[in-house]
Amino acid sequence: MVNALDARLSMYHFYTAFAALLIGGFFGLLQTLVRSEQLTLPVELNYYQVLTAHGVLLALVFTTFFIFGFMYAGVVKTTGEFASHRRKAAWVGFVLMLTGTIMAITLILMNKATVLYTFYAPLQASPFFYIGLAFIIVGTYFAAYAIISQYRSWRKEHKGEKSPLFTFMAVATLALWLIATIGVVTAVTLQFIPWSFGWTETINVALSRTLFWFFGHPLVYFWLLPAYMAWYVTVPKIIGGKIFSDSLARLAFLLFILFSIPVGFHHQLLEPGISEVWKYVQVVLTFAVIIPSLMTAFAMFASFEIAGREKGATGLLGWFKKLPWSDVRFIAPFIGMAFFIPAGAGGIINASHQMNQVVHNTIWVTGHFHITIGATVILTFFGISYWLIPHLKGRVLTKHINNLGKYQIVLWTVGMFIMSAAMHFSGLSGNPRRTQITSYNGHEAAASWGSYEVAMSVGGTLLLFSIFLFIGLMINLAFFAPKGSEEFPIGEEFEETHKLPKLLENWKVWIAIAILLILIAYTIPVIDLIQDAPPGSPGYQFW
Amino acid sequence: MHIHKLEKVWLAIGFVTLVAFLTTVGIQAFASDGHHGAPSDLTKLNPEKVHETEPFDDPGLHKVGENEYELVMILESYGFTPHEVRIPEGSTVHFQITTIDVVHGFEIAGTTVNMMATPGHVNSMTYTFEEKGNYLILCNEYCGTGHHFMSAELEVY
Repeated sequence: MVNALDARLSMYHFYTAFAALLIGGFFGLLQTLVRSEQLTLPVELNYYQVLTAHGVLLALVFTTFFIFGFMYAGVVKTTGEFASHRRKAAWVGFVLMLTGTIMAITLILMNKATVLYTFYAPLQASPFFYIGLAFIIVGTYFAAYAIISQYRSWRKEHKGEKSPLFTFMAVATLALWLIATIGVVTAVTLQFIPWSFGWTETINVALSRTLFWFFGHPLVYFWLLPAYMAWYVTVPKIIGGKIFSDSLARLAFLLFILFSIPVGFHHQLLEPGISEVWKYVQVVLTFAVIIPSLMTAFAMFASFEIAGREKGATGLLGWFKKLPWSDVRFIAPFIGMAFFIPAGAGGIINASHQMNQVVHNTIWVTGHFHITIGATVILTFFGISYWLIPHLKGRVLTKHINNLGKYQIVLWTVGMFIMSAAMHFSGLSGNPRRTQITSYNGHEAAASWGSYEVAMSVGGTLLLFSIFLFIGLMINLAFFAPKGSEEFPIGEEFEETHKLPKLLENWKVWIAIAILLILIAYTIPVIDLIQDAPPGSPGYQFW
Repeated sequence: MHIHKLEKVWLAIGFVTLVAFLTTVGIQAFASDGHHGAPSDLTKLNPEKVHETEPFDDPGLHKVGENEYELVMILESYGFTPHEVRIPEGSTVHFQITTIDVVHGFEIAGTTVNMMATPGHVNSMTYTFEEKGNYLILCNEYCGTGHHFMSAELEVY
């Protein structure tokens, strides 16, 4: 069991994450009901405020708090309890992140920051909205300090040993996060805050968008890598198998650091002011991420097969039946993995010059990230919660809760399948994302979209029911389930290796390569965007 | 570091597919007949002086050749200028757009016409309308609380 002080640290992150999930999920359902014209919001609360709050609460708040809660628990489990100054840093991080969240959400609800969670200039929110976002990011730096410093001192005390896989992966995820946030921190502190206070009159829009997407794409890997940590480290143990290859798992994480950052232009393919050549360079780098993704897919199925064969499976696919299909700790991440197959294919479509032309800014894209973050990642996080919450609270996941948990996962799966399929299909015929209603005065081109909007609201309803059930089960697991000791599953290696290739833990080399790739992909276009900039834009509040 | 034989095969297949795919995308973007690259106009202008800047001082449809038109459009919250356009079937249209305020999207539903308008920049692309019909032009980037009213019509007769 994790010691009480560190358990409390993680639990406070989970309480915040689950509150954000509940409110953000409710806002999500409201959106589907408004878009399908089944509901009109009161005048005090407009659709775009709800949309902004949904994005901030789920994409930024839920994910970040959950991820740190999970990483703290795993780091403490694998390297020992936090030294008290590190635990203090982690709490400072928590308070900063919570303060920032409350500021941002308050301003959104006051209709002073109806700029959506991507806050594209020159729409201009209250300066305190941007300051709130800055607090959240600065909070994560304290959190990152706690984990990275814990890892460094573990290595000093265990010279010549390889670090625990979980902690290594947490550090890799944070390395990615620290590099990626340079973009958004630069934009917020040097552009948005001075401009929204009126200290500078105009803003360089194209530069602000480029800095945002320097951060925006690795942000999705910051969500995904903790899910991969669960897949690589905990799932093999849950299914009674072994980790296929420790070294390859580490290599995959390092490759994600390299190939998830110098790629932001694939979100800006249809934008003026950036030359096609640099867009293509970043498209190539974007696609390189397929290699570690294929490595991960291979490792997962290899560990499934190993587990099945150890339980006596025979034949080519006999091992598949031996997987624990009635264990919610397994089926949740497994369904998440299955969702990642179409999600990955959709990602390839979005990042390709020509195909992106059809789907850019349509609701296809919304469908895409609802099956990545909203299915692959969150289903894995659900799966983690079923064992981690009772583990931290000294309780057990009972058979009864496990069975109800399966219903929760199935509800989520069906709801997300219906909603995201409707989003993908209607996006192909041009149905735009981020739009309150899409009837366009009954225009024939928009005629087919209405029924898809209704399907989205059916999916959204199931999703909110799934959240209600999840929150109920988590309250039970945290406060009412029988006392006991729930396992924190940490997998063992298939073929134990004690010696790692030294290069794999040489962070200087990997970070240097990452920075080099970033410089290659961004230096010239960013200099162009600054030196050759058109006159800047004043701020607009169109709400 | 030991890599399983099957994993090597798996990664090799992935790598070859990747190279083939990127080559296709690259050829289509840079070396194919007709331009299939992403709209990436590098022309700049003062976003607060759009109406005084060519060609936006004269927005609208201009015939530039046999079945060939230039369509100059100004985007603002919440509308397109011009907002009704008629062109004959088979016409090739060179779109030139910009915005006078915030970021907008320019999409013609059911076609591959899709590009962003960011302040201070002109964006452009070309499309040939082979089929008759009433096309819907819409803004696909959030631009304020009236965003969902921002649309225009293009009739191909």
